[in-house]
Amino acid sequence: MSILIDKDTRVLVQGFTGSQGTLHSSQSIEYGTNVVGGVTPGKGGTSHLDLPVFNSVNEAVEQVQPNASLIFVPAPFCKGAILEAAEAGIKFITCITEGVPTLDMLEVKKIVDGLGITLIGPNCPGVITPGEGKMGIMPGEIHLPGRVGIISRSGTLTYEAVKQTTDLGLGQSSCVGIGGDPIPGSSFIDILKLFEVDDQTDAIVMVGEIGGSAEEEAAEFISQNVTKPVVSYIAGQTAPPGKRMGHAGAIISGGKGTADDKIKKLNESGVVVAKNLLEIGSTVKSLMS
Amino acid sequence: MNLHEYQGKEIFAKYDLPVSKGKVVTSLDEVEQACTDIGGSRWVAKAQVHAGGRGKSGGVALCDTIEEVANFTKKWLGKRLVTYQTDKEGQLVSCILIEECTNIADELYYSAVVDRSSREVAIIASSEGGVNIEKVAEETPEKIASISLNGKDVSQGDIEKICSTLKLNDTQSSQMENIVRKTVSMFFECDLSLLEINPLVIKEDGNLHCLDAKINIDSNALFRQKELQEMHDPTQEDPRESEASKYDLSYVSLDGNIGCMVNGAGLAMGTMDTIKFFKGNPANFLDVGGTATQERVAKAFKIILDDPEVKVVLVNIFGGIVRCDLIAEGIVAAIDEVGVEIPVVVRLEGNSAEKGLSILSNSSSKIQSKNSLEDAARTAVELAK
Repeated sequence: MSILIDKDTRVLVQGFTGSQGTLHSSQSIEYGTNVVGGVTPGKGGTSHLDLPVFNSVNEAVEQVQPNASLIFVPAPFCKGAILEAAEAGIKFITCITEGVPTLDMLEVKKIVDGLGITLIGPNCPGVITPGEGKMGIMPGEIHLPGRVGIISRSGTLTYEAVKQTTDLGLGQSSCVGIGGDPIPGSSFIDILKLFEVDDQTDAIVMVGEIGGSAEEEAAEFISQNVTKPVVSYIAGQTAPPGKRMGHAGAIISGGKGTADDKIKKLNESGVVVAKNLLEIGSTVKSLMS
Repeated sequence: MNLHEYQGKEIFAKYDLPVSKGKVVTSLDEVEQACTDIGGSRWVAKAQVHAGGRGKSGGVALCDTIEEVANFTKKWLGKRLVTYQTDKEGQLVSCILIEECTNIADELYYSAVVDRSSREVAIIASSEGGVNIEKVAEETPEKIASISLNGKDVSQGDIEKICSTLKLNDTQSSQMENIVRKTVSMFFECDLSLLEINPLVIKEDGNLHCLDAKINIDSNALFRQKELQEMHDPTQEDPRESEASKYDLSYVSLDGNIGCMVNGAGLAMGTMDTIKFFKGNPANFLDVGGTATQERVAKAFKIILDDPEVKVVLVNIFGGIVRCDLIAEGIVAAIDEVGVEIPVVVRLEGNSAEKGLSILSNSSSKIQSKNSLEDAARTAVELAK
């Protein structure tokens, strides 16, 4: 077992023929992902990367029965693209695009929750189950099939955690980038629930950063509901207040959302917080042996 | 994106919210006409900067004569105002808002914000205004009404809760209902991330009045808020930060002397933390983005080197989809192009890192290449001493 994606997941790509869609779809296919086609309005009936292109998600659902959708469309159109996939009955959606307006996400989140859909992102690297398949922009080759589940708000920091667990031979069960926006489709808690019941996952790495209270809420959840060891790293210990650190959601506002507060709460909840990002892998290893 | 108070009040006025009659001046010559147009015999002059705490720092003055307004304008226009919310350099005062004087009986607090936990727009109102709301929340939480909306809907119960917490009479309650409904419409129509009225006042005649206006617009939504985008005032930003944003680089200036160039926001923060862990001080946050091309790397070097404090540059790249050998070529070319005179420590990891490192070690003597972040950070800290 793995979470969210395996080799049988039938992946549809929205924004398939654009430059990002093309680059990352071909890398996903090369990795072994079961991509069944793509959507680009106006290009239905053509073929791209040897796969069929459809005008709409509905058309694609009728003809190639995808059960997951990966979205690369530009930010102004993401709300429409996510809702189109949702209304067409797709139950697992990953949106990579950065720059989606927050109020669009408030609306989208309500609707997908109501329909029982799992949405990952936006503004994220996506999801990978090493050796099975990937929906996203992460480099496949740094991953190793294994037993650590990774959840992160940041792309390149996820890669750091992946690389360290690969180098130590631990490998990963699945890795989920939930994204750096203020209103993500899935929270740490949503993914922690999946890793807790996944029999391929022995330990969990949770990479957080300043801003909001998602880490504090996750800490509370972990203390009550997670039996597997959890290692965390929080980025932004040296970030000044009131400044947006790259990610839309990474900002300390009104004295809230500091790294110190998050680390304190995580420690109190039994999570082992790595002192610096160089020690994520070795900390997990010490808890697994 | 932040707006000035006067810009916020212009939008408030469009939504029929009660604001003071006022004029903005950008030169001394305009003061007399502005005061005459506003009328009355007392005025309030307010320095316009993107920061709170202006009153306590002398940036707001009650004036009994036009001459006093003129003196205030002369004192502040083109100068920098330092408040507890600014850095030690302060913010440039590029204009002055002159308003009619309001007779205040009581000060309240009102704000609307995107609440990340409930994933709704939340309204916070308090009977204690003009002060730090976080402090009120901590010390006297009973004085605060906090309401999470359901989408764009404001229920009668929400209104009642706010009005009873603020202890408003019937007339004031109907004025408050208008303020809540109009600000919620504005919040959604203008893609705001924060709207704050601090203070919202009860005037001596008993009517509610918006004495301040703080508005923050979701930068991700500017593509559909062209009119608001025009209100952007680049003078309120760090010049290096605005220069960086032109090239889609995220840059934040810090106090240290180790310049940082990193791909990815999380890793950029992680790199700063690592420098600090080894007892060094980062000079900046800089996310060069997923596609670190030569042009972007060169631009990033220029921005980092523009800070005279920087003694060494630490480049930390985790090559994912982008290949490290291409990035290495970009770094070498950028260093040549910009003419970097200080040491550059580069850590490359991931896709084609070995090839990248060999390109770097065969190039300039100023580059020290490392294949672990620990080595790179330790070296940079040592060189910055």
